[in-house]
Amino acid sequence: MAIALPRTRVTGAAPRGVAPGLAVTYLSLIVLLPMAALAWQTQKGGWSTFVDAVTAPDAAAALKLTLAAALIVAAINAIFGTLIAWVLVRDEFHGKAVVNSLIDLPFALPTIVAGLTLLTLYGPDSPIGLNVTYTRTAVVLALLFETLPFVIRSVQPVLHELDRDMEDAAASLGARGPVIFRRIILPNLLPAVVSGMALAFARAIGEFGSVVMISGNVPFSTEVASVHIFSQVSSDYEAGAAALSVVLLAISLTVLISLSLIQRWSSKHDR
Amino acid sequence: MIARLTLRFVALGYLGALLLVPVGIIVWHTFSGGLGPVWDAITAPEAVNALKLTLEIALVAVPLNTAFGILAALILVRTNMPGKALLSALVDLPFAVSPVVIGFTLILVYGQNGWFGAWFVDHGYPVIFSTPGMVLATIFVSLPFVAREVVPVLREIGTEQEQAAATLGATPLQTFRRITLPAIRWGVVYGVVLTTARAIGEYGAVAVVSGKVIGQTQTLTLRVQQSYENFDHAGAYAAALELAVIALATLFLMNLLHPRKDG
Repeated sequence: MAIALPRTRVTGAAPRGVAPGLAVTYLSLIVLLPMAALAWQTQKGGWSTFVDAVTAPDAAAALKLTLAAALIVAAINAIFGTLIAWVLVRDEFHGKAVVNSLIDLPFALPTIVAGLTLLTLYGPDSPIGLNVTYTRTAVVLALLFETLPFVIRSVQPVLHELDRDMEDAAASLGARGPVIFRRIILPNLLPAVVSGMALAFARAIGEFGSVVMISGNVPFSTEVASVHIFSQVSSDYEAGAAALSVVLLAISLTVLISLSLIQRWSSKHDR
Repeated sequence: MIARLTLRFVALGYLGALLLVPVGIIVWHTFSGGLGPVWDAITAPEAVNALKLTLEIALVAVPLNTAFGILAALILVRTNMPGKALLSALVDLPFAVSPVVIGFTLILVYGQNGWFGAWFVDHGYPVIFSTPGMVLATIFVSLPFVAREVVPVLREIGTEQEQAAATLGATPLQTFRRITLPAIRWGVVYGVVLTTARAIGEYGAVAVVSGKVIGQTQTLTLRVQQSYENFDHAGAYAAALELAVIALATLFLMNLLHPRKDG
């Protein structure tokens, strides 16, 4: 552009008058008010109530299982997500376009349908004789289904943009496939893999619908944190539900905020 | 060559075992008794009520979130309002909260012992264990989509045309209607598709605040779980099939609007 625009407020379609107020009011009513109620409920009982609720054996077991399962799921996603992204970008086969568009299915399919789906194939009436219901494997399986797209969708564009000259140069200097992958490709993909893992982890921490039917929700064994909160709410134990809710929220917010800080930092230092 | 085939085999095998075969099984399982029972299960009065309630809730949540999403995106991209970072974080917040926690916080506000629960009940409009609570839960979970899709489009189109319109004497509303809205329409449509899919498919948040009264506060997703627990498997699979068809339609629209170029 030839003329530098003044750095004052841009006119055009900028909302003015009551419009911004409307948006803020809507957001406050829908999101802020319930969150404030959660904060209020949590501080009401004081620090000791909070600690007691979180360290209660059943709550602690549910939290531990949730964290462990989410970590395992993030790790498996890192491997298989990268692999699938690789095949979708670098390989050619019939029906690739269809497979590529089906990757987003877990985002589009309601969680409870995903749960029923897995229960049908890996449940008591399994046509392949594989029954994982009421086990921790079922929890991991459900979370893997729900978080499938994150790593794939974050690695795919990076892999697609990746300059192949570097790989060719390495190959011409005598590097073999695995070395090229480890020394050239992986370092370039790593930020995208980590960001996909973080999103998958944050999603897995709070997942409910897909887990609730297949895990059996056995306390101390297969009950995840969100299911535990659900049962606490059902039995009107609001102090306990609030404490556990705050912990879940804190974990996923920490992960997501650090991710966006890292991304901002790296995009600043990129060039 | 062998390495490439192995990779392909492993990738497709993983996708098959986790995604394709389970979803295929659902279709096969639903129709294993023939078309008749499926039709009966879909047209049963409780099933029709569940579908109706699901659509009614979406019909309230989606337009509200669309209007809000466009407005929020305009504020985030086109103004220097103080507190924009906070606004942006709050718009994204629903993605970070477990659906169960969302339902629970609504109980804390509108439940019997909640902040305003008693007031609403006294005035004859109970929120929790009734449709308004389910609408609020659905609005909460599907809030970010339109804003998230419109923000990048607004950034990309820039402000030159809007400024030209303003220079030629267009009012802000005219500029929005004639210039901005047509330019962002596909972003809006994509956001609406995602919002609708989420609104129809939400289970956890709605399950917490619904009274689970069959025929009154039962949505399609709740029907899947409740029918299955009550050993009405035909009902559960029929409701799941309806939701799966909606999900596939969503996927189709997503690919139509944003074809992936990196495949």
